[in-house]
Amino acid sequence: MLYADYPLAADDDFVDFTVTLQCSGGLRRWWRRQVILGYDGANPFVPLPLDHAFPLLEWAMNWCISTQAHHVLTLHAAVLERGGRAMILPAPPGSGKSTLCAGLTSRDWRLLSDELTLLSLSDGSVVPLGRPISLKNESLAVIRQFAPDVVLNDVTHDTSKGSVSHMKVPSDQVRRLDEGARPRWVVFPKYVPDAPPTLRPRSKAESMLELGRNAFNYTLLGLTGFEVLADVVDGCDCYDFSYSRLEDAVAVFDRLVVETPP
Amino acid sequence: MSDLLSPVWAQPELRPEFSLAQWEAVLGQSRQAGLMGRLARHHVDHGWMTEVPAKPRLYLEGALRQVDRLHHELRWEIDCIHRALAPVGVPFVLLKGAAYFAADLPPKRGRLFGDIDIMVRREHLQQVESALFRAGWISDERDAYNQRYYREWMHEIPPMRHVQRGTVIDVHHTITPPTSQMCVEGEALLEHIVAVDALQDVYVLAPVDMVLHSAVHLFQEGEFERGLRDLLDLNDLVHHFESHDPDFWRQLISRAHALKLQTPLHHALFHLKRLFGTHVPPAFQGAVELLRPPWWQRRLMAMLLEAALRPVHPSCRQTGEGLARWLLYVRSHALRMPMTLLVPHLVRKAWMQRFPTKKPEDHPAAEA
Repeated sequence: MLYADYPLAADDDFVDFTVTLQCSGGLRRWWRRQVILGYDGANPFVPLPLDHAFPLLEWAMNWCISTQAHHVLTLHAAVLERGGRAMILPAPPGSGKSTLCAGLTSRDWRLLSDELTLLSLSDGSVVPLGRPISLKNESLAVIRQFAPDVVLNDVTHDTSKGSVSHMKVPSDQVRRLDEGARPRWVVFPKYVPDAPPTLRPRSKAESMLELGRNAFNYTLLGLTGFEVLADVVDGCDCYDFSYSRLEDAVAVFDRLVVETPP
Repeated sequence: MSDLLSPVWAQPELRPEFSLAQWEAVLGQSRQAGLMGRLARHHVDHGWMTEVPAKPRLYLEGALRQVDRLHHELRWEIDCIHRALAPVGVPFVLLKGAAYFAADLPPKRGRLFGDIDIMVRREHLQQVESALFRAGWISDERDAYNQRYYREWMHEIPPMRHVQRGTVIDVHHTITPPTSQMCVEGEALLEHIVAVDALQDVYVLAPVDMVLHSAVHLFQEGEFERGLRDLLDLNDLVHHFESHDPDFWRQLISRAHALKLQTPLHHALFHLKRLFGTHVPPAFQGAVELLRPPWWQRRLMAMLLEAALRPVHPSCRQTGEGLARWLLYVRSHALRMPMTLLVPHLVRKAWMQRFPTKKPEDHPAAEA
């Protein structure tokens, strides 16, 4: 359902990561069935109840990328594109990043990634990942109400993150998976109940430090990582953004797009 | 598909020509064997990187970045240990990876590093442990029984982890457990240690001892995920030392007899020849044959080790591989301690695992 529109790799294409999902053996074959994730012949995660298989697959794919793709600088951030310019949304869990990302994806913004922002080491552009958006708990109802047309898969309850579902990426966006974008904005979102939307400029130095802290392989990449991140931040306007309603956020970002010179 | 890794070093001057599917497999195998950095370095050193297809090349280049970072961190870590132990003023010996790194030996190139192993005189253990503690390394092991296991029976104290950097150091007083059938007096090794340039009080083992330690470690530790990597280290060491010292082979063989490490050296040389075509010079063939254990041991171990030295990866899995690894694991324990100690120990460990006093730490959570 979520991946119906994605192109299939040819048989002789190079596959970056091969992960497998298997049922556990022994008693667990019948009783309290579990799913085990395999990667390169190892089982990097604890087995989970069988119905957690899909979220586990998504998490594991993210884990593969964030621990092994060192040809990109990987930030823990959502990233969206509009008019060839990308907006990076770094934020700790619980800040409403995914909800905001899902909301914007359903209104004129193109999803590049909801969890991992991959920055090319050669030119600092965003490498699109474009996989389904992970949504959890209250945000599910928020998105269903905000964008009734979006496709969500079955909700998995009682995961380590609570109730989880994934939102399908719109078909026209899946067709553009090869198109990267230059980062133009870095926005640190924060959901504050009942707050009016406020967009405040944030210092570049401070934004860079925070992005570095939110990166998976910033230290590993050493000087290269520093230079790529510095270039990206240099080319971006940085903001803090607090909001309570998705409609407000969409309006604020629409205005931001119009007001930002190319 | 088979083990694609060891042939790379069996014919080091021959450029491996992998299809894309083989590249997928070889990257997976090297990831599991801890050899991706070395595979990448090997391609760079021979000027073959441009011949590698673009997608696999990304991962080789990523491995080089990781190697750079780990080498940078290791240098810093050795400096930190050196500073921490300076007030004590006792010599310490870097072992294994850290030694190859500090002494600038060939296995260093492209090698990924984890924990640091050092060795000190047994009577200095307490001073060294306190000095490391003052500098921020604390023992990971909280359980009283495990603490006693290490301190009474093992050749090392429980691993110490740095509170801020999370780096781990293993402090040894010799290279094999005193309770083991192959026990080696730390003192005998310390007599021949070699100073590391530019770092006062920092030493590495003498070349022949380094080779013997690597051989013992490989066949006694019982965990073979990194077996091929260790064997490749050994291969590099042997080639390096024999080209620098014409007397190397004679010394190595006589040292193996002196330390009673004939069997591990035999197994090591057997598999160096089998996997990498590394030969003992004809003049020493006879002497090497005297290292051999009885024929049934040779046959059995050759078979088990052949299975266990394959990369652990679905692309080259063979039937019986898991059993071979398990048997070697059991054997490693049987070598470490006499049965009168081992059986009560294993019963105790099984009990501790079944009825833990505290919640064991979970695996890393599957989160992005």
